[in-house]
Amino acid sequence: MKQLLQLKVNGEEYEVFAEPWKTLVEVLREELGITAAKESCNTGNCGACTVLLDGKAVKGCLVLASQARGHDVMTLEGLSNGDGLHPIQQAFIDHFAVQCGFCTSGMILSAKALLDENKDPTEDDVRKAIAGNLCRCTGYKKIVEAILVAAEAMKQEA
Amino acid sequence: MLRFEVLHPHDLADAFDMLTQHEGEAKIIAGGQGLMPVLKHRQLTPRQLVNIRNLSDLDYIVDGKDGLRIGALTTHQAVENSAIIKKRWPVLAEMEARLGDIQTRNWGTLVGNVCQASPTGDPAPVLLALGACLKVASNRGERLIALDDFFLDYQKTALKGVEIALEIQVPKQPARSGAAYHKESYRWTDSPIASVAAAVTLDERDRVKGARIFMQAVCPAPIRARQAEDLLAGQQVNNGLLDQVAQATAGVACPISDVYGTAEYKMEMVKVITRQVVSQAIKQAQAA
Ligand SMILES: Cc1cc2nc3c(=O)[nH]c(=O)nc-3n(C[C@H](O)[C@H](O)[C@H](O)COP(=O)(O)OP(=O)(O)OC[C@H]3O[C@@H](n4cnc5c(N)ncnc54)[C@H](O)[C@@H]3O)c2cc1C
Ligand code: FES
Ligand code: FES
Repeated sequence: MKQLLQLKVNGEEYEVFAEPWKTLVEVLREELGITAAKESCNTGNCGACTVLLDGKAVKGCLVLASQARGHDVMTLEGLSNGDGLHPIQQAFIDHFAVQCGFCTSGMILSAKALLDENKDPTEDDVRKAIAGNLCRCTGYKKIVEAILVAAEAMKQEA
Repeated sequence: MLRFEVLHPHDLADAFDMLTQHEGEAKIIAGGQGLMPVLKHRQLTPRQLVNIRNLSDLDYIVDGKDGLRIGALTTHQAVENSAIIKKRWPVLAEMEARLGDIQTRNWGTLVGNVCQASPTGDPAPVLLALGACLKVASNRGERLIALDDFFLDYQKTALKGVEIALEIQVPKQPARSGAAYHKESYRWTDSPIASVAAAVTLDERDRVKGARIFMQAVCPAPIRARQAEDLLAGQQVNNGLLDQVAQATAGVACPISDVYGTAEYKMEMVKVITRQVVSQAIKQAQAA
């Protein structure tokens, strides 16, 4: 019952056979071996599966893989430029915004979607942008700090 | 995960045919933000999904002389950020800004939310207060359903299995009108524990010419507070009247106690929110 599916992930075209009921996060992880997006609650509540579709954050467990056809999918793997870390990644390290790391790839992509649209976010903007991403370890404070620092760093880079 | 086939129609005619061919077995999927969790919990077990998400002709917002039209594939995010909606229909933009998290708003649609008819759906009470209609169609033709006649019972609507909802239509509001919506929720963007929407029109002496008040999350389907509306009719609103209106609104609520709050608590919240949204709608009407 597998069907051919064309997907564009992190700028590369893939052709993959997958069952029609597979979600985007399942196909990324199981068929393409792109594993930064995590499958956790699997019902849309935690945001660990967050990926960007055409630059906008969505939950990979609530999007059918076949619905992503024709869109640009971006996972955390596509964020860094070669071996260098993206300023958001660097800020997460510098500000201890990672503990177990399970929420991290979703958090960073939600942050990226925010900072691409809003160069000067307030703390409130940041908290709203990550409202769909649960973290069971950090208590969010360090994550919010890291995103605000990354915003500054990205402004200076630009 | 449940197993199913996914059909990808090229256009509406194609989608109508698929739904008719698989009547009783197929479900429409738009953004899936309502449907996917339902499938994962196996509360529905369709054999086919008809994916309308890429019928981009249905992605539009038009504010014309008769009112506002929002296409079936317009996302919550698009409504929230639309300049014309922010300016001319602020109650819709404000409601959308608190509907779920950004991921949900980026992929889910306003019309899909209406069709899902969740008892905690935010758009329904607002659209009802504004007197909205839903345009639906199948390969037997089109029809217009007033939302007043759309929500029948718990997750039960007037929509037939072979029909696709094409657009929401919100009529142009009379002069000196205002509308407001507020929900009590755990976090700012969580689903409502109790919510109320009010739309009010004033005459030149600030007496209420018309009012529509709807509640959500405190009954199996959105519910109208007619007695409260009657109390407002022809009156200049003062604090005493607001108390009576709040009381009358809560009088038709039938909340249940659950993890989010007791029935008594929700009843009190309905009163607080009713006062708030009726006063806010009146202020807006005065400023209009
Ligand atoms: C984490 C999370 C938080 C949420 N928070 C909120 C909240 O705070 N407030 C709130 O109101 N909602 C909330 N929701 C629900 C969600 O916003 C909507 O119900 C959802 O956007 C529905 O739109 P959709 O396009 O995703 O529809 P789908 O999920 O694709 O479809 C929903 C239902 O409607 C039918 N349908 C869809 N489109 C059509 C159409 N054009 N014609 C006929 N039938 C159709 C489908 O068959 C299905 O039965 C939340 C959801 C999630 C996952
Ligand atoms: S795994 Fe998708 S939201 Fe939790
Ligand atoms: S670091 Fe563990 S869940 Fe966020």
